[in-house]
Amino acid sequence: MIERIPILRIGQFLLITIQVDMHDQLAMTLQDDLTLAIEKTGARGVLLDISTLDVVDSFIGRMISNISAVSRLLSAHTVLVGMQPAVAITLVELGLTLPGVHTALNAELGMAMLRRELPEDGVDASGQH
Amino acid sequence: MQTTTTILQGGDSLLDDWASELQASGWGGGGKFSGEGWKHQASEFLRALADASRDGLPDLASPHAAPLRNFLETLSRSMAEKGASSSQTATWVFSLKKPLFDRLNQAIPDDARRLGNEIWSANELIDRLGLFTVATFQKTREEIIRRQQEEMLELSTPVVKLWEGVLALPMIGTLDSARTQIVMESLLQRIVETGSEIAIIDITGVPTVDTLVAQHLLKTVTAIRLMGADCIISGIRPQIAQTIVHLGIDLQGISTKATLADALTLALKRSGYTVSTKASAS
Repeated sequence: MIERIPILRIGQFLLITIQVDMHDQLAMTLQDDLTLAIEKTGARGVLLDISTLDVVDSFIGRMISNISAVSRLLSAHTVLVGMQPAVAITLVELGLTLPGVHTALNAELGMAMLRRELPEDGVDASGQH
Repeated sequence: MQTTTTILQGGDSLLDDWASELQASGWGGGGKFSGEGWKHQASEFLRALADASRDGLPDLASPHAAPLRNFLETLSRSMAEKGASSSQTATWVFSLKKPLFDRLNQAIPDDARRLGNEIWSANELIDRLGLFTVATFQKTREEIIRRQQEEMLELSTPVVKLWEGVLALPMIGTLDSARTQIVMESLLQRIVETGSEIAIIDITGVPTVDTLVAQHLLKTVTAIRLMGADCIISGIRPQIAQTIVHLGIDLQGISTKATLADALTLALKRSGYTVSTKASAS
C-alpha cells in the first residue's frame, strides 16, 4: 500500500497537515493527489501546515514551491503555515526563499489570510460562500 | 644530577634567596603580589619540587610529578585571574635559576665539567617548569576570554515585546556570523512562542554595515517571512543608508524605517491599531 498524506476539504479550502517525516516518494504522491483534489473539488485555497515538520531538504523545499505554483495555475491560493524556526533557517541557508509562496504563522492566521484573498477571485463556480 | 637534587631537598635558605631575587627583579608588580601569600606559595612550590625530585630530576609528564603539576596549574590560574601578565608568571619560575645556580657553583667548586652538566640539567628542569606554567596561564586566559564572549552573546540579544503581536530586536555591536545565527534563532523562536506577526530589527547600535552584515540581515528577514511573519528594519542612520547604497545592496521588498518609533507606527498601522491623543480623539 502506498503511504498517503490526507487532504481534507473544509468549505472552499483544502487542508493538508504533514505529520510524518517527508520522504521524496511521499512528496511526489502528495503533489499528484493535491492537483487531482483541486480539480475535483474546485477548491479556491490550499492550507499547507508543516508545523510538525522539523527536517527539510532542498527536494522538499522545491516540492513546496511546486505545489504553490501548480495550485496557482489551477486558481487556488496556497498558504504555507507553521514553519519551525530551524526549518526556516535551513531553507534560507539552502538558498530556497520560496518566492511567491504565501506564509502565515499558524493555521488560524493562514485561514484568515485565505478568506481575505477570496473575494478578489470573483464568483465561486460551486456557488458556495 | 645528584647535587641539584640535594640542593632542592635543602629547603628554607633557597626560599629566602629566591624571595630576594624576585624582589630585585621588580616582580612584585607594585605591591599587587607581595605580602605573605606568595611566600607561602613559593615554599609550597619548593616542597612539591623537592618531593618530585626525590629520585632524580622530575619529568613533568610522569605520574609522580602530579602534585607539582597540580600546584603549578593552580598557581598560574590564580595569577591569570588576578590579572598578572604572562612575563610576570614566567619570571616567578625563572627567577629560581639564580639562587639554584649559585648553590651549584658553591657545591662544585673545581670540577667545571660536572658543574656545566649540573647547571644544564637544572636549567632544563626550570625551563620546562616555566613553559608549563606559562602554557597553563595562557589556557586560563583563553578560558576567561571565551566565557566573557559567551556572556556578551547572551547579553546582546534580547527580544522584547513592544505591543501585542509586535516584537523588537535591538541589535548592539558588530554583527558576525555566529552572533547573527544566535540572534536569528532567538528571534524566530520568540515569534513562534508569542505568535507575533511583525518583528522589528533595530540596527541603531550596529556601528557599520558591510555586505556581510547586510547578507545576514537579508537571511534573517527571509527566514521570518518564510515563517509567516513580517519584518521591518529600523534605525538606519544616514551614513549607513549611504553605505548601503554605495555597496549596491538590494533591500527592496523589505520595509525600512529611520527610527524605531517610525517602525512601531507602521507595525501598529498594519495590525489595525490607531494611536491618537485625547484631544484629537474627542
